[in-house]
Amino acid sequence: MPDLLIELFSEEIPARMQKRAGEDLQKLVTNGLVEAGLTYASAAAFSTPRRLTLTVEGLLAQSPTTREERKGPKADAPEKAIEGFLRGAGLTRDQVQERETPKGNVLFAVIEKPGRPAAEIIAEVLEATVRHFPWPKSMRWGSSALKWVRPLQSILCILSDEAGHAVVPVDIDGITSGDTTRGHRFMAPAQMSVTSFADYEAKLARAHVVLDPGARAETIWNDATNMAFASGLEVVEDAGLLAEVAGLVEWPVVLMGKIGDDFLDLPPEVLQTSMKEHQKFFSVRNPKTGRIERFITVANCETADNGATILAGNEKVLSARLADAKFFWENDLRVAKDDMSVWTQALENVTFHNKLGSQADRIERIAALARELAPVVGADPDIAEEAARLAKADLSSEMVYEFPELQGLMGRYYITAAGKDDAIAAGAQEHYSPLGPSDDVPTAPVSVAVALADKLDTLTGFWAIDEKPTGSKDPFALRRAALGVIRLVLENEISHTLFSSLNSGVMSHLDQKIEIEGQIRAEKRANAIRILDLHPSMERTLARMLKTSGEKKAVEHLESIKFIWDEEAGEEVLVDAVSEEPLFPPAETLEEDDLLAFFHDRLKVYLRDQGIRHDIIDACIAMPNNDDLTLLVKRAKALSETLKTDDGENLIQGFKRANNILSQAEEADGVEYSYGADPKFAQDPAETALFTALDQAEAQITPAMAAQDFTTAMSAMAALRTPIDAFFDAVQINTDNQTVRRNRLNLLSRIRTLCLSVADLTKLDG
Amino acid sequence: MSDTPDTPRSFQEIILRLQTYWASKGCAILQPYDMEVGAGTFHPATTLRSLGTQPWAAAYVQPSRRPTDGRYGENPNRLQHYYQYQVLIKPSPPDLQELYLGSLEAIGVDMALHDIRFVEDDWESPTLGAWGLGWEVWCDGMEVSQFTYFQQVGGHDCHPVSGELTYGLERLAMYILGVDHVMDMPFNDPQTAIPLTYGDIFKQTEEEYARWNFDTANTDVLLRHFEEAEAECKATLSAAHDDPKTGKRIVMAHPAYDQCIKASHIFNLLDARGVISVTERQAYIGRVRNLAKQCADAFVQTRAGGWQPEDAA
Repeated sequence: MPDLLIELFSEEIPARMQKRAGEDLQKLVTNGLVEAGLTYASAAAFSTPRRLTLTVEGLLAQSPTTREERKGPKADAPEKAIEGFLRGAGLTRDQVQERETPKGNVLFAVIEKPGRPAAEIIAEVLEATVRHFPWPKSMRWGSSALKWVRPLQSILCILSDEAGHAVVPVDIDGITSGDTTRGHRFMAPAQMSVTSFADYEAKLARAHVVLDPGARAETIWNDATNMAFASGLEVVEDAGLLAEVAGLVEWPVVLMGKIGDDFLDLPPEVLQTSMKEHQKFFSVRNPKTGRIERFITVANCETADNGATILAGNEKVLSARLADAKFFWENDLRVAKDDMSVWTQALENVTFHNKLGSQADRIERIAALARELAPVVGADPDIAEEAARLAKADLSSEMVYEFPELQGLMGRYYITAAGKDDAIAAGAQEHYSPLGPSDDVPTAPVSVAVALADKLDTLTGFWAIDEKPTGSKDPFALRRAALGVIRLVLENEISHTLFSSLNSGVMSHLDQKIEIEGQIRAEKRANAIRILDLHPSMERTLARMLKTSGEKKAVEHLESIKFIWDEEAGEEVLVDAVSEEPLFPPAETLEEDDLLAFFHDRLKVYLRDQGIRHDIIDACIAMPNNDDLTLLVKRAKALSETLKTDDGENLIQGFKRANNILSQAEEADGVEYSYGADPKFAQDPAETALFTALDQAEAQITPAMAAQDFTTAMSAMAALRTPIDAFFDAVQINTDNQTVRRNRLNLLSRIRTLCLSVADLTKLDG
Repeated sequence: MSDTPDTPRSFQEIILRLQTYWASKGCAILQPYDMEVGAGTFHPATTLRSLGTQPWAAAYVQPSRRPTDGRYGENPNRLQHYYQYQVLIKPSPPDLQELYLGSLEAIGVDMALHDIRFVEDDWESPTLGAWGLGWEVWCDGMEVSQFTYFQQVGGHDCHPVSGELTYGLERLAMYILGVDHVMDMPFNDPQTAIPLTYGDIFKQTEEEYARWNFDTANTDVLLRHFEEAEAECKATLSAAHDDPKTGKRIVMAHPAYDQCIKASHIFNLLDARGVISVTERQAYIGRVRNLAKQCADAFVQTRAGGWQPEDAA
């Protein structure tokens, strides 16, 4: 069976696109081959800056012949029907068979598709692959209409077996396939022909091209760490940089250079970022001092002077870069030590979002919220507020303007330099965290308060202006913010009803809107504040309106409310200003609040990774105070553990059985059986035992629930399994004796009430 | 840089070698455009000639001005007036990378000693409504050129595609000549009777322009000039294609484009004077882009832009 080798040779492919391109090439070609009936034993893709390569081994030499039989109309069917059948099958009347069947003679078409040689299929598949390749960005060149990531220069496409190799003829807009490639651009530019993948890989290696990006990365890492080690130093690990650098060279040559003495006192992160972003250098650290003292650069070729010229050039460029960084650092430090309010004031002119005001407006809101959250997380409110006010000051610094990825960290340096409390400095750095599922969660109370405030403000703000994530689009990273809140709350075990803070977040947006638009004069504003003070539930209504109908509607709604004196009630009531109809805050449930639902969705994703089923979470979300995520998760974890036990799982069945019987009876009888069962009507010992068991369970569950000790509550609930099972085995609920039946239904009701006080077990699957 | 007999000795020698090299590769060696521009790309030999189907090959030095980059001649690398070397070939030839590398060798970059890399860098000019894909070319970690395949200019898709090379001459020359401060760079041959450094020629002008750009240029006058250039550009383009005097079809794409360049430079000056706010900035850029787009629309209505008399039918 032959092997296929394809190489698409082009001008330099961006490093960040190479890996994915190799995978796409493999997927598109092998899928195309298999679809056409050409199966294969194995395939692998490789990439370098100038080539994408695919090797497919053990390919069928031709696709198998296929045979399809189609049943048609009867032989004596009307002419039209037969014509249609023949057209569909692409055959003539004498090419179809007539077979006897119990229903008479029927026409049969046998359509045979002969197998096709592999080369023919490969040519088609390769052309389609090249023409429809999913590059993130592609371009045209010269006069050609073909698109590729950069000009495509040649195509190597050969089939080889024991007998030898043959070029698979392909012509894509004038680029014809062959069996030749080129080596390293500078060290072995000559054309060479190859006969198989093994031959190709070996010849490339001789021509100074390491085909496998993994092997290039390994060489770079080994050489770099050895070189650093020899000087008593260590390379700072950076997997992303390593992959990128491996995509910039075909023949990696590792060189270690010096950093000018003038720059060694810059913060290590600044050195590291400047070297990485601008020059794609690895940082080399002194393990004793933690200082960055050298750099590693990776050249693409060996030179006559063993890299001396290359290294000198790189050192020179780095000095110019670091001179800039040092200039920024020194200027920034001057401002920080003098008066940082210059920076915070400058943020008044920086738009955060045109509907959400400036960065300074945002900081105001975050500061207020951080202050409010401080007691919940155990932080000092004054310190939390000051930390929030300074947390984003570094956005105005020159260093962060140059290297946005250093935001927060520079803030920490500058706030420390300004002589502020360490907790405030740490808050600046940590308030962006956690940035992803694996990022560390801050634990210092001030940092937690600011981090929560920052994320909650973002979420409520974008919710208020209706910029929610949809599908794969989440331009403001709101899912990440929600996950951040979840992790901050859970990992710090903060038990707090989130929604109270969410609402004050929403309120400050609303407030700001009122001020910005000047729609409500002082008295209107005072009125609004009074309404909200006296009727906290209005805040919920407005919050919902903000989310569902937008700010304008919510503001209009707020304006349309006035107080009137209600004679009958003897108090002021809220009425619609136009119709004077009384307003009743709708008895909406929390499920309608889609920001909370959004949190719950994120929570499900987060807990799924920890092995907690989504239906268990649903059962807990249905309980009160479901915006206290810590409480919710405690409940879910306890329920999840309970369900893993034999008793727990069977109890759910017992509960469901009880619930079903009860619901059916309630529906049929049109009453609710919740009057309490009386043990004196118990007829069976199992029935009496259930009374006792329920009493005992209740005595354990009620205090445990009050103490939020879900594990105790749930194990007490699970202990009901035996008496419930015994009860169902022993008695018939629907007996003729109506008193006994009612009593038993009321007993089932006790089971239901007790179980539902722990979690909404009706939401569980199965 | 090591000193071999082949190493150039002055800034001008590097320019002359580039001129000779690209002439030998068939480019028309044009002279700088006689207006203030921010980059070589603004020369109509690039902006307009990259449009339409007519083949083109040109190379030239373009003095370029970026008022905000002025540092009174004190910064070793930053200048408000500097030189770019620009090459534009349409359609882009298949060996453009090799041609480019040849030009580096011509100015004394020995490929056996240096590390040349093509690093992804997509180019976009918001003021010209143009973008392309390509690389910044690194020599030993330093960016020495920009290499771009134009995909769109003035809102028009490029068919065929032009290949554009831009060399930042001062930076490249400083590296080749081993100079650390641009003002110390020999402009002519240092062995001649009257050797001149870059600083001898430009230190004083950098100071003068930095002061004018940042502090004294009359912003009222500039704002008025901007409006006037914009109006003149639009008026020029709205004139009938048929010239009543000669009876010929004369679409005035180039005169209109001059006004567009003028508006663009005035915008840069206003920016340096600090009178343009962040929000206004976008609006000004949009206005210049709008002019550039209309000039591009007009150019493709000319013969050089590929218009044929049959098209009129």
